[in-house]
Amino acid sequence: MADTATDQAFVEFERVQKSYDGEILVVKDLNLSMPKGEFLTMLGPSGSGKTTCLMMLAGFETATHGDIRLGGTSINNIPPHKRGIGMVFQNYALFPHMTVAENLSFPLEVRKIGKSEREEKIMRALGMVQMQDFAGRRPAQLSGGQQQRIALARALVFEPELVLMDEPLGALDKQLRETLQFEITRLAHDLGITTVYVTHDQTEALTMSDRVAVFDDGRIQQLAPPDQLYEEPQNSFVAQFIGENNTLLGVIEKIKGDTCEVRLDDGSIIDAKPINVTEVGQRTRVSIRPERVEMDKSRLNPDAHTLKAEVLEFIYMGDIFRTRLRVAGNDDFVIKTRNAPDQVRLTPGTQIDIGWMPNDCRALDA
Amino acid sequence: MAETMLAADGTPLKRSLARALRRQKLRALALIAPLLIFVLITFIVPIASMLFRSVENEIVQNTLPYTVQELASWDAATGEVPDEPVFEAMYFDMFIAAEAKRHTRLGTRLNYEQTGLSSLFRQSGRKLDDLGKDIQKPLEKLNSDWKDGETWYAIFNGAPADTALLATQRARVAALTDNPTEGDVNFAPRADIAQLLPKTARAYTAWAVFEATQDGRDPATRDPWEALPVALATDLQTADLSAYSGPGADLLRAAQSADLPTPDFTAAFTDMDEDWATIIPWQTIQTHSSTYTGGYFLNAVDAQKTPEGIAWQPDDKQILLKLFGRTIWMSLLITFSCIALGYPVAWLLANLPMRKANMLLILVLLPFWTSLLVRTSAWKVMLQQQGVINDVLVWIGLVDDANRLIMINNQFGTIVAMTHILLPFMILPMYSVMQTIQPSYLRAAKSLGATNWTAFWRVYFPQSVPGIGAGSILVFILAIGYYITPEIVGGTKGVFISNRIAYHISSSLNWGLAAALGSILLAAVLVLYWAYDKIVGIDNVKLG
Repeated sequence: MADTATDQAFVEFERVQKSYDGEILVVKDLNLSMPKGEFLTMLGPSGSGKTTCLMMLAGFETATHGDIRLGGTSINNIPPHKRGIGMVFQNYALFPHMTVAENLSFPLEVRKIGKSEREEKIMRALGMVQMQDFAGRRPAQLSGGQQQRIALARALVFEPELVLMDEPLGALDKQLRETLQFEITRLAHDLGITTVYVTHDQTEALTMSDRVAVFDDGRIQQLAPPDQLYEEPQNSFVAQFIGENNTLLGVIEKIKGDTCEVRLDDGSIIDAKPINVTEVGQRTRVSIRPERVEMDKSRLNPDAHTLKAEVLEFIYMGDIFRTRLRVAGNDDFVIKTRNAPDQVRLTPGTQIDIGWMPNDCRALDA
Repeated sequence: MAETMLAADGTPLKRSLARALRRQKLRALALIAPLLIFVLITFIVPIASMLFRSVENEIVQNTLPYTVQELASWDAATGEVPDEPVFEAMYFDMFIAAEAKRHTRLGTRLNYEQTGLSSLFRQSGRKLDDLGKDIQKPLEKLNSDWKDGETWYAIFNGAPADTALLATQRARVAALTDNPTEGDVNFAPRADIAQLLPKTARAYTAWAVFEATQDGRDPATRDPWEALPVALATDLQTADLSAYSGPGADLLRAAQSADLPTPDFTAAFTDMDEDWATIIPWQTIQTHSSTYTGGYFLNAVDAQKTPEGIAWQPDDKQILLKLFGRTIWMSLLITFSCIALGYPVAWLLANLPMRKANMLLILVLLPFWTSLLVRTSAWKVMLQQQGVINDVLVWIGLVDDANRLIMINNQFGTIVAMTHILLPFMILPMYSVMQTIQPSYLRAAKSLGATNWTAFWRVYFPQSVPGIGAGSILVFILAIGYYITPEIVGGTKGVFISNRIAYHISSSLNWGLAAALGSILLAAVLVLYWAYDKIVGIDNVKLG
């Protein structure tokens, strides 16, 4: 996955390692390169090393090994306050003893910016997040969403080229989160800011980012735009972590170009696309998205393999139907169908045949 | 519109709510009742009664009731010694006071205001009998029946009784002796003789009450005090016995017609001590005869009440204001050194990992497990001229052996020892406040471009101020009333006002002044507390 440093790379991690105790590497060999203006999300389960990476970039943690570059110069030895990176924290970290305006004024004051210019910038930043009327309030008098807007405005008010966000929406309710997701992306693109966003919420990552880096076990498992990440996961961790996913275990029977046949554990044969399997006889975990499973034989290739399935449960979810099936001994095989007027509603106990396009079925590492 | 909300059973909702809450309140009250009662009995009541002493001044009134009465019309500004009636009242008041051994206490009390009165009262008390003997002897020579207590009893006892006189004298003796005077005294002054010989009847009643209630003796069989012949001789000069036919009428007539010496009270007092012939003692008694006085408070601020009004004490007696000033100044110094030393420790405690922080916290609390006296004495060992610190400094060569540092029995010693002792009271509140300051604030400040110092000073420090405030109030209030440590390491230059209070409580026994000093201290603390509340706001104080 190692991106090579390109000319337009703005943020670069090169062979970065981090250990807190000298025994365990929290970040193992991190390589990452970001062009200017990109919105990149670091996504991963807790303990995957994503926040550590962010802290190293912000300067609150030092890399044990490797080089972090910003705009081409190494920042390993630059203290955080000289890096000029805006940061938004999960708990907002608004200074409780200062008003909103004073909070925003703080980064400008330490930069010795004159009073009139300061006021102008503060009002502009508050305008960006539609909070002009709250300049005189204290953080404690604001709601969570308002506080996060102020935190955002404070991170932007001194016009940094890079903004880091550490799970900024983690403490907000769903609706507010969606509104703010949209606002943050809009602001980032309008202002052309390079953004590194850390989250463990995959929906957030998919909807907001230009590219997503999926972290696990101290490594980037895959770095790709959201659609590619969802549709073409490169390994079974990414496939499992991003979106809902059906998995079947089996052995590679035959490989032919970009298709292969997999013999499942119950003996049936299916078509798949080999991704990170290379040889016949290898164990594999086959991954199919629920919405890519086809029940209508006529829409499949004539020579496609199909599987027998028994309907176990039918769940009405409004916009979609979610049907749970038993397939090849797996009781948790889920298919999703659109709630269209002609869509069949399957009753439990029905026997059906299912299949899929070989491209949608990815044979990954077991 | 104004319809009241009703509960399910039809009673007004407000009333049923109040009933439901009342049970809760009663239960809460029952839970705190033991402590409340304990605090009330052992703390609030004694303090209140102690504070009351700072204005209470009944002793003059109680000891010399008739003198005070007679003195009321005397004007000291004339420069003339009071008239004979004042001396006369003084004689009878002093006599019974001397019998009750209360005159010395009054002397001590008046001595706070006017030096010399203590010995004047003590010596005069001893010489009071002289005048009595001058009259008693001729009287007994006239008729030996006067020697016999029963003669006196027969004359003054009987019905119809002057109950008002008896009640007044009971009250008077009770006030004088602080002992109850209820119960049977086996005596009641007869009304006709009380009218005929008022001074003698009064003195006899007082004596009878005293004998019966204080000494538990029967006045019928006891011989009266020497003051009674004096009173009789005084009365007989003006009494008209012609119509009297009661008991002892002949005896009294004989005594009246006999040439008994006329008591000259002024001369008698002047004989006892020449000071009585000056206006000073009389003036002092008159000035301080009111039941309540601000005199102790004036004394507490180096002033005094004089017949001319309020005046400063002589320069050599002015120490208390200076002591108050020193107490507040040194308490402030101690508070500031506690802040300076405690802040970094609290910061470390709040930022260390849990296990290490607990370890350090134990070290902070360690001094609490040692007796205060031991800790203070340890400082004595450390700081004295032949002590550990001086020895080390001499050994290193920093200090010459001949010029060892004087670090104890002065303000330095007190500040060092008290800072050490009060430090935990500063660290703990600061620690508990700092614990609530999230590290992300500092990170946010730094990410916004602040240097470590700016981040600390503009972001962390303001949030830790409530902890400093709480610790400062605690330390300052503890320091301002501290006693043991200044007493041991303070010498003469490092003592606090509390040491003076202790001195007046246990050595000079001027409890009124001690109470006044204590009240001022209490008021000072309350004022500071109030000021703090106005400036910082007591809501900002967090103790945990």
